[in-house]
Amino acid sequence: MSDAQEVARLQEIARQVRIDILKMLHKAGSGHTGGSLSAVELLVSLYFHKLRHRPADPQWPDRDRLLFSKGHGAPALYAVLARCGYYPAEEMQRLRKLGGILQGHPDRMLTPGVEISAGSLGHGLAMANGMALAARLDGKPYRFYVMMSDGECQEGEVWEAAMASAHYRLDSICVLLDRNHIQNDDFMIKIRDIEPIRDKWAAFGWNVLSIDGHDFPQILKALDEAEACRGRPSIIVAETVKGKGASPFENSPKHHGVSPTDAELEQALKELGAQPEGGGRRA
Amino acid sequence: MAEMLGTRDVYGDTLAELGQAYPQIVVLDADLSSSTKTGVFGKAFPDRFFNMGVCEQSLVDTACGFALAGKLPFVSTFAIFTMRAWEQIRQCVAIQNLNVKIVASHGGVTVGEDGASAQAIEDVALMRVLPRMSVIVPADGIETRAVIRALVEHVGPTYVRVARAKFPVILPKDYVFRLGRGVVLHEGGDATVVAMGVMVSRALEAARLLKEEGLSVRVINMSTVKPIDEELLHRAALETGGVVTAEEHSVIGGLGGAVAELLAERCPVPMRRIGMQDRFGTSGDAESLLAHFGLTAEAIAEAVRDVVKRKAHPR
Ligand SMILES: Cc1ncc(C[n+]2csc(CCOP(=O)(O)OP(=O)(O)O)c2C)c(N)n1
Repeated sequence: MSDAQEVARLQEIARQVRIDILKMLHKAGSGHTGGSLSAVELLVSLYFHKLRHRPADPQWPDRDRLLFSKGHGAPALYAVLARCGYYPAEEMQRLRKLGGILQGHPDRMLTPGVEISAGSLGHGLAMANGMALAARLDGKPYRFYVMMSDGECQEGEVWEAAMASAHYRLDSICVLLDRNHIQNDDFMIKIRDIEPIRDKWAAFGWNVLSIDGHDFPQILKALDEAEACRGRPSIIVAETVKGKGASPFENSPKHHGVSPTDAELEQALKELGAQPEGGGRRA
Repeated sequence: MAEMLGTRDVYGDTLAELGQAYPQIVVLDADLSSSTKTGVFGKAFPDRFFNMGVCEQSLVDTACGFALAGKLPFVSTFAIFTMRAWEQIRQCVAIQNLNVKIVASHGGVTVGEDGASAQAIEDVALMRVLPRMSVIVPADGIETRAVIRALVEHVGPTYVRVARAKFPVILPKDYVFRLGRGVVLHEGGDATVVAMGVMVSRALEAARLLKEEGLSVRVINMSTVKPIDEELLHRAALETGGVVTAEEHSVIGGLGGAVAELLAERCPVPMRRIGMQDRFGTSGDAESLLAHFGLTAEAIAEAVRDVVKRKAHPR
């Protein structure tokens, strides 16, 4: 497959993943839409291109691991895992419902393919450090990817962990930072600015890569560069648009923790070239 | 005088003993390894020892990563600082049901001279409230060794509290620890004293004092505060009709809280709780502090007399 074909393949998967995210959030009637949509290309690049993994054997010991630390963005992870075949797509219908395997935030004990339970921000990188140190003790070559949000970088524990990854020279770790510039209450620059974020990670001893987080060629190249980097952990600071692909949600600070209304869903599905839900009013 | 042994010293030595036979053990500390005694393990097994610096939150979460990778992490810092990572313990250790062994040193007021900011009197309550968490407070060095040896074969989140001060050795060398089981150390029928940690030795002393007055007191070492030994407690309340708890911890939420919760539902009897009475500690040497806060054999004995009186004349 040529590079252009591969990119077109990933773009089509991303389109379908966005449709799945919007539909499952609409059906659930609650959840985090913007931060799910901003992470789509990053997750699709990992699960459909980069990761060594076996959806039929989620516990395959030699798999690469994605630690989804920005747990509220779970719908994006769920849509991607379903499309990989970790569980049937119908599970998405029961997102956030009693008895479902897709909890409001990721639960590693309920959902195949989920590596860590999350929901409280700031825990993922430190857990990746422990896993990477254990892999080093065992002489295992697999890699660890941590999906983090920019608001999450306001958590003190992130910086504790960042120090440790660099101290131990954990080059098996790559953080993907979903830099969408919006947190729960408003634009980050109004609440608590984290700039210059690249300089901060660099000062903590990290290899820092900067990309457009919706551009597949840039993402794939950065993932390869991160893997090639020796002696330092890498972070890919991915500039993204919160709510990407669904105009009512795009770059909107009012839409962090809400699911699409009927009208918003209809509009977004049209924009994504999908059939609207067959007369489906939400219960 | 009984032999004195530091429970934290025994912890460090026992970990180092186990390191060879259990290659999956890794040990993490937060810049207190010379005090928690994990440094003894670190010296013997430097590749499996991780000093995370003054970073309690990531200390706990890094241990979770090790556990997720199949290792057996022991995590240590002072009891007071484990509470800083309570949310990590909840969200990552307990929710994910990980095999992380938290062994906190410097529990209680016997930390001594460092004063209130260093004296954890809430840790047992905070850990006990977490689903899936086992909570253990060994009575002496003998039991500490037995607990640590038992934990390497146990699977699940666990919190163990050891101490800075040396405690009198009260248990026999062949003492057997079983998680979730209290042990009757002294038989008696007039009342029961349920104790944990250093207060077990004081409870035994109280039983001796009371014997001279003609009162026979049952003394239970309740080193596993959670899951608590319900049957043993129920039987003690039923057979002796009065219960006193004794702990180097707040009377709110700790051993006294646990016993009161259980007995209120299953077998209400006159009860008293010896412990920190909703107040913080202060500077002083360990023995003076125990006396200052009423954590003494005499205070336990007085509570037993009160409970026995209330059995005969309910207020
Ligand atoms: C420790 C913690 N505090 C608060 C929250 C509540 N919360 C959920 S998402 C969020 C911030 C969202 O902004 P960001 O982290 O940048 O996520 P994104 O924009 O990618 O959705 C907050 C405060 C949380 N999940 N965890």
